[in-house]
Amino acid sequence: MTASAGRTTIAHSLLQRWSLAVIRPSEVVALVVASIALVPVLYLGWRALEGGERALASLTHPRTTWLVLRSLGLAVAVAASSALVAFPLAVLTERVAFPGRRWLAILLAVPLAVPSYVMAYAVVAALGPRGTLASLLERSIGLTRLPEVYGFFGAWLTLTLVTYPYTFLALRAALRGLDQAFEEVARTLHAGHWVTFWRVTVPLLGPALLSGMLLTTLYVLSDFGAIAILRYPTLTYSIYNQYRLSFDRSAAAALAVLLVVLSAILLIAERHWQRRAAFYRTVGTRRPPVLHSPGWRSWLGLSLVLLWGSFAIGLPAGMAAFWFLRARSLGEQLPGIGEPLANSLLVGSAAGLVTVALALPVAWTVVRGNGRYVSLVDLPLWIAYGLPGIVLALALVSFSVRFLPWLYQTLPLLIVGYALRFLPEATGILRATLAQQNPRLEEAARTLGLRPWRAWLTVQFPLTLPGIGSAFALVFLTTIKELPVTLLLSPIGFTTLATAVWNATADAFWSHAALPTLLLLGIGVVPMALFSWWQERGAERSNE
Amino acid sequence: MSETCAVRLAGVWKWYRGTAVPAVRDLWLDVRAGELLAILGPSGCGKTTTLRLIAGLERPDTGAIEIGGRVVAGGGRFVPPEERGVGLVFQDYALFPHLTVEENIAFGLRGFARQERARRVQELLALTGLEAFRTRYPHQLSGGQQQRVAIARALAPHPAVLLLDEPFANLDAELRLRMREELRRLLRDVGVTVILVTHDRDEALALADRVAVMLEGTVVQVDTPERVYHEPRTREVARLLGQASFVPARVLGRLGRSDIGSFALEGAEDPTEQVELLLRPRDVVLERHPEGLGVVVDRRFVGAETIYRVLLRCGITVETSQPPSVELAIGERVEVRCNRARVAAFAGDERIGLAALLERLGRTRSADTEAPVAGGTDGAAAS
Repeated sequence: MTASAGRTTIAHSLLQRWSLAVIRPSEVVALVVASIALVPVLYLGWRALEGGERALASLTHPRTTWLVLRSLGLAVAVAASSALVAFPLAVLTERVAFPGRRWLAILLAVPLAVPSYVMAYAVVAALGPRGTLASLLERSIGLTRLPEVYGFFGAWLTLTLVTYPYTFLALRAALRGLDQAFEEVARTLHAGHWVTFWRVTVPLLGPALLSGMLLTTLYVLSDFGAIAILRYPTLTYSIYNQYRLSFDRSAAAALAVLLVVLSAILLIAERHWQRRAAFYRTVGTRRPPVLHSPGWRSWLGLSLVLLWGSFAIGLPAGMAAFWFLRARSLGEQLPGIGEPLANSLLVGSAAGLVTVALALPVAWTVVRGNGRYVSLVDLPLWIAYGLPGIVLALALVSFSVRFLPWLYQTLPLLIVGYALRFLPEATGILRATLAQQNPRLEEAARTLGLRPWRAWLTVQFPLTLPGIGSAFALVFLTTIKELPVTLLLSPIGFTTLATAVWNATADAFWSHAALPTLLLLGIGVVPMALFSWWQERGAERSNE
Repeated sequence: MSETCAVRLAGVWKWYRGTAVPAVRDLWLDVRAGELLAILGPSGCGKTTTLRLIAGLERPDTGAIEIGGRVVAGGGRFVPPEERGVGLVFQDYALFPHLTVEENIAFGLRGFARQERARRVQELLALTGLEAFRTRYPHQLSGGQQQRVAIARALAPHPAVLLLDEPFANLDAELRLRMREELRRLLRDVGVTVILVTHDRDEALALADRVAVMLEGTVVQVDTPERVYHEPRTREVARLLGQASFVPARVLGRLGRSDIGSFALEGAEDPTEQVELLLRPRDVVLERHPEGLGVVVDRRFVGAETIYRVLLRCGITVETSQPPSVELAIGERVEVRCNRARVAAFAGDERIGLAALLERLGRTRSADTEAPVAGGTDGAAAS
């Protein structure tokens, strides 16, 4: 009897396993969203292939090699200088007991929120021809020649200022997570303070350092705004130029594919090192590290830290304020800020809503879904994550021109562009929120007499709400700061804060860019500072 | 009998997608109304799945499940969890983090009138001693308090059956003992049918009216704690329930002989010549004796008792725990005597019956079996 029951059951279960399982609506939506996310990239690849000889010619052209080398060279230089700046900053703020060191750490991380084109504007407005410093020096000591700000020097300086927080934050997290026991063991093995630091602490920080530097490299490779303003031709810049100046889009497509491949390699490397970094973290109880009391050397270090911090934050804020006040005192007529501000708020909230609505089913499927769908949904998101903004914008432009001309240069397409660009980040937040939730909670609600939808509404939804809120806020804020997609996909004559800064800087109207820059700084920096403050408080509390 | 049956599982099978072996295979189980049944088994034996099947969180692939005489799964019917009237306490409690203690307990009482609901919540707060914590959130409670909230929440809507999934797994050792006592008192007061799942034999034996031993997806034996401990159906069950030594014995007809004495075999239909007797650590008395059949090979002092390992002549080492009054040195000869009237007798993996030990015969007979001549007389008796 048992045997026959066994046989029928095996047949039954095989049947169930091979037949299509029940597909939930959220999974369908997730699959559709994931495939939409793939379309532009696939189209771009196809376009490059279709270009055939011409695409190949543009790839094998010596100028392309030159572009790749320049891009990589800049990226490596910025990564190196970022690390050089970030390392002492991280060690000083994490290991020396300065008063208010947590505040200092927040201040030092804040440039992360400054869009690169805003920093570029500040750099050229300060050091460029007819810039603040230039005119100051000319008036005071008659010096007319400053180092050329356009080109490598300006791009390198700007991007270092914007990207060093990546390495800084990675190192700080690693320092904080480091088990004090490693260092103590070294001390018991007769290694002095300095030997311990160089032989134990620094090697343990290696993966974090490398992961931060790889992120920096990725940022520089895909950056468009700063590089375009500072006129340092890299891959992204020439993709933009190819698109704008020639009607042959296949050359641009070929370059874009090249950039995507480079980014993908970096992204995979970064993932790898981040995983390595996790190995060094130990489980179990960990005592917080003992802080060194500040000596004269660390006070010297602190003043350098303060100098750097105020430079990185003060430069954009100071420049914008300077040009704004100068225009006011000269009675200069500034273009109205109302329209770009309203447009920015409009696209920001629309993009936030659409993106979160799309990200929710995707995150749900990734966290709770059936294994098969998870891998189908996860991969496109990963690809989209590594896609530089300019590439996505170009892909959407060429795709819509060819297939959906009525959508080209309309607001809906712009919103779709934002949504695709920020979908991975919104999904990431929602995914983290959902993953933290215990699936047992919903089951508990069911056993207490609630129907599935009511269980979702009373238990799942209130717990997911904070995640939805922060995903919306993130997309809202980053949309307002976004440049390449806005530039390429906006309807004609549609200005936002970002394009206002871009246009004014391109025409060297420093004062016209001042007010939008101040607003963008506020939009970027204030929430970031609040968020890190809140996080620091949490970290402090969990240490207690 | 059937009307006193609170939960019944009949031939239930459950396969999880993508696994080669069934999680639950051909499971039959009757739970009597008002009893506390513990499902005991090693991790991965399917006991949590069984609980989830009863709660309606999983669908059985075949077989039927009845709760209170009503078929809730099987024969094309499937009653969703919200209509089954079972209370489930999850291993990690699954308290709603956004609700207070009070709100958590009241969660299942939406159908009640306001006053009735408040009264019921108050009643459960008092029962579980949580009145002082009513406005706290789960993360502000200790592990033991969280467990009590989870139990109160599950009990609030008067479930027909309360299911507990490893209720003490998330508590530290000291708290575990205290909460075990507390839970026993609480459940006795409430008088609800309880099915408890655990991998901890002490928990199962101390709490349950009956223990269902589960191995590889199916229930092997259901019995009182005493019987599953002393009269396990298989060797595997014997080992699962605690330290077990198996002493070989020879049987002739209904009588047998071993290093711990002679016995009469009961219950065996067709006794084989070789059986093995199950000895638990407390089943044995050690006495210093120069001609004893055992030698002390190891002793371990653990506070309330001393654990001795004694090598018997037959080559088996028996582990026994002795009161502190027994003081023996390693290498001393001892006589090993069983202090239970009956012990389980095994042939192969299965228990075939019980061995009723015949007092006194042990030493005198076994003493002469030591000599080769004794073996001869033994053989003569056989022929």
